[in-house]
Amino acid sequence: MATAEAEAPAQEVGAVQAFTVTLIVRRFDPEKDAEPYWEDFDVEMYSTDRVLDALHKIKWDQDGTLSFRRSCAHGICGSDAMRINGRNRLACKTLIKDLDVTKPIYVEAIKGLPLEKDLIVDMEPFFESYRAVQPFLIASDKPEKERIQTIEDRARFDDTTKCILCAACTSSCPVFWTDGQYFGPAAIVNAHRFIFDSRDEAAQVRLDILNDKEGVWRCRTTFNCSEACPRGIEVTKAIAEVKQAILTGRP
Amino acid sequence: MTATIDAPRSPYAQTKRGVNWEKWGWIYMRASGIMLVVLIFGHLFVNLMTGTGISQIDFGFVAGKLADPFWQIWDTLMLWLALIHGANGMRTLVNDYVSRPGTRRLLHGALAASTVVLLVLGTLVIYTFDPCPAGADPSLVASFCEGL
Repeated sequence: MATAEAEAPAQEVGAVQAFTVTLIVRRFDPEKDAEPYWEDFDVEMYSTDRVLDALHKIKWDQDGTLSFRRSCAHGICGSDAMRINGRNRLACKTLIKDLDVTKPIYVEAIKGLPLEKDLIVDMEPFFESYRAVQPFLIASDKPEKERIQTIEDRARFDDTTKCILCAACTSSCPVFWTDGQYFGPAAIVNAHRFIFDSRDEAAQVRLDILNDKEGVWRCRTTFNCSEACPRGIEVTKAIAEVKQAILTGRP
Repeated sequence: MTATIDAPRSPYAQTKRGVNWEKWGWIYMRASGIMLVVLIFGHLFVNLMTGTGISQIDFGFVAGKLADPFWQIWDTLMLWLALIHGANGMRTLVNDYVSRPGTRRLLHGALAASTVVLLVLGTLVIYTFDPCPAGADPSLVASFCEGL
């Protein structure tokens, strides 16, 4: 820090401010460790940097064994959801300056899914329940030309088309943490996307799937999912709309 | 030109018969919750705010209320709705936090048994309560006992 302060006046106007951040990462190597443990790293960051950049700096400059998933690094592939300071976020969308840099930043894997290594979890249970809601258009007519839809009909499910399957919502759900059988918010969001699509013909099938012991009725409306969603989807609202559709018998 | 193509997968094969308890449980929680807001606040208002307030509550006051068919029905509704509401809430908690099937069944059984016992006892008290016990001090029992 001392050198950074000394150099500060020499920097050109508009230069990005740099500061040292402590990251405390929950590490786990299944070949060596019996239990996960916290390890801290100091990294020099700029205010424009994201948590993902900090993880890159650690992996590239300090400890190459650090494992985490990231693909596009621009908030759209949904592979780097992790628990940052106790909240589920995308590492590539979380700016360091938006966190309290005077304190260490805690980074750990998302909860409720089997931990594989460091920040990587087994996403298979998550995708299994995603597949179970049949997340694809089911229409009986032959797709010879586009299926016309009014603006209102399209707007009906617009919010839930934004899902990137990062699992931030599902792994923030306390019901999912303790009961892995629950479909989870993400699967219900993706069912919602087709249930309320006027071109789809299998809404009733999906409503039947979600009208299950482990379906929408397990939702306790804690709003953790809505808060966690990096795409700003109103997840709890979507779940409530599916509940309503089941009660009234139609979307 | 129209042509029909088969659905890519057969629809959900598991057609479950009978009552969907999970759905009705969910509806029950909402319906009973709304009714309980009215019942409980009405109960508190009548007991604590009307008349001489909290100081009026004694054996005679409670006995007088339980002798009135209106309050008998009110209290029965409150008892059944609240107790089942609470027990169902406990059931969901057990579902959330107990993963072993044996323990789960045990706790659900205990919950159901205690709920049934409390419902039977409570209902029995509401409808068989004697407001004027024989040989009681007249100053302690309800005013209408004098005529008996």
